[in-house]
Amino acid sequence: MSIHIANVTKRFGEFVALDNVSLDVPSGDLLALLGPSGSGKTTLLRIIAGLEHADDGVVRYEGEDVTQKAPKDREVGFVFQHYALFRHMSVFENVAFGLRVRNAPKAEVNARVKELLHLVRLEGLGSRYPAQLSGGQRQRVALARALAVRPRMLLLDEPFGALDAKVRQELRQWLRQLHDEMHVTTVFVTHDQEEAFEVADHVVVMRAGKIEQAGSPQDVFDHPASPFVMDFLGQVNVFHGRLQAGQMHVGNIAVNYPEYTHAESRDATAYIRPHEVELDRLPIDGTSLPVKVLHVNPAGAVTRVKVLSEAFGWSLNVELRPERYAELALRPGDNVFAVPKRVRVFMSDDYAI
Amino acid sequence: MQPKPTTHQTAVRRGPPTEPLWVQRFLIGAAVLVLVVLIVVPVLNIFAYALQDGVAAYFKHLTGDPDTWHAIKLTLFVAPIAVVLNVLFGIAAAWLLTRFSFPGRTLLTSLIDLPFAVSPVVAGLMLVLLFGAKGWFGPYLQASNIKIIFATPGLVLATMFVTLPFVARELIPVMQAIGPDEELAAISLGANGWQMFWRVTLPNIKWGLLYGIILCNGRAMGEFGAVYVVSGHIAGQTDTMPLRVEKLFQDFNLPASFAVASLLTLLSLVTVALKVILENWKDENVSE
Repeated sequence: MSIHIANVTKRFGEFVALDNVSLDVPSGDLLALLGPSGSGKTTLLRIIAGLEHADDGVVRYEGEDVTQKAPKDREVGFVFQHYALFRHMSVFENVAFGLRVRNAPKAEVNARVKELLHLVRLEGLGSRYPAQLSGGQRQRVALARALAVRPRMLLLDEPFGALDAKVRQELRQWLRQLHDEMHVTTVFVTHDQEEAFEVADHVVVMRAGKIEQAGSPQDVFDHPASPFVMDFLGQVNVFHGRLQAGQMHVGNIAVNYPEYTHAESRDATAYIRPHEVELDRLPIDGTSLPVKVLHVNPAGAVTRVKVLSEAFGWSLNVELRPERYAELALRPGDNVFAVPKRVRVFMSDDYAI
Repeated sequence: MQPKPTTHQTAVRRGPPTEPLWVQRFLIGAAVLVLVVLIVVPVLNIFAYALQDGVAAYFKHLTGDPDTWHAIKLTLFVAPIAVVLNVLFGIAAAWLLTRFSFPGRTLLTSLIDLPFAVSPVVAGLMLVLLFGAKGWFGPYLQASNIKIIFATPGLVLATMFVTLPFVARELIPVMQAIGPDEELAAISLGANGWQMFWRVTLPNIKWGLLYGIILCNGRAMGEFGAVYVVSGHIAGQTDTMPLRVEKLFQDFNLPASFAVASLLTLLSLVTVALKVILENWKDENVSE
């Protein structure tokens, strides 16, 4: 089922949690609302579920205006950040709750709950209480409970926030798999860009109550629409420089920026991702920057190197493939050359730091 | 008196005490002395006096005097009504104060505590000034032939006022600690308001609620000041047990007075015992 949000605004006292937000979620999509805390992503999710009322704007499910509809009539599965399992009920009763309040026949309840406990791989734990489960198990009970009533959409608030790294990783992949099997429109909130990129079909980056950028993970990562998105999606090197006549000058490096052709120079900021910098023993061309290696951290899938340009006083984080690192045999104190392969320039008015 | 919240988080210090022996003995001795002088001796004394003429005389004092018997029945009638009404009020108030934010919320929270601060006698007087013959509603009540002051409704009102904070005060911290998420989850799963309350809210607050009921009941049965003012002290009509104790005492009918007092004490002891049993039971149930 598709979700259509038009011009939704929500204030809490003086604080504007959502500022005229519009968003379309296509049917069967798995969409991540990504943003730092306070960006309004959870508020938006709760407004979609009807747990919060928008001050302004319209929410439609498949074209039907549900803005005034009570949450209980919306047929939405909602998974709370801290699961909100019914602590006095067994796992079985938790999952059965939505069916029981609809007065479903006993046999149907039993069958459906069994089916779901199987789906979330919790067979045999039906008689346990939430307090007796691990975090990952609780999360899966919460999912089973939300899915039991065959919701028209699934909404998850920071679904993996409270779990440790390994369980988190497993559950992410499992959620993706589950979604591929069931094709129920799913929206989840997260502040973890890696999570959003790994799981979602579409990512919506939010900031201060507004949507900063929406698109496929690839789109958003490769073409960040603003310095904020650039900054938020992983580590980045930031340089301040001057923009003039189609070129940005940072130290001795010049980067083309054809959108700005005026002769008058103005402040701009260049962003370089650590993996988009190459290091070499010899200068390749005029854009090579002499740098000195400060630290090398070869642990992990990439080798992280911190280098310092002594001429300009900048330090730069670089990520190398392990093979390349082995080839270069870098040691702290070595003098090498850095070549940025990709630089993104934003005029400073866009983004006040 | 402020009831303790039911979510016990007593910090128990493990290991042997580190204080010098004489400090330990002094502190323990002082605590025991206070308990014995203030509680154990007086309570035992009541039973000793009450039973001094034997068990037969004791029961005759309680059941033989129609006025005393009426007072017992009246107390056992008024207290439960006050408790039930306070349960309804307490749940509603705790709900309002913990699940909604609105202007005046803090003020309302303090208002609930007001009966703890106001002297019961003043509370009784307030009711007389409102509902008495010369009170605000007096003429209207007389015209409609409704009796509140010097009648059972007045007793219920006075008892309710004095015990008003007990249930709400117990529930507010419990409901605050539990938070609204489970209730929201129930709603999002399709429960209506009643289903949410009976299936999710009530099971979560039941221990706090029972605790509040027990405390409220204990206080309701023993209430003297406010009831004294509104009852008019009519033997066989508006005398409750505490009032009857006082009247018999003033009439120098000490054995009868102590007999009623002992029964009242017994009811309180039962209340306290129920509370203790409940706490143990709860601890077992929670840590299953």
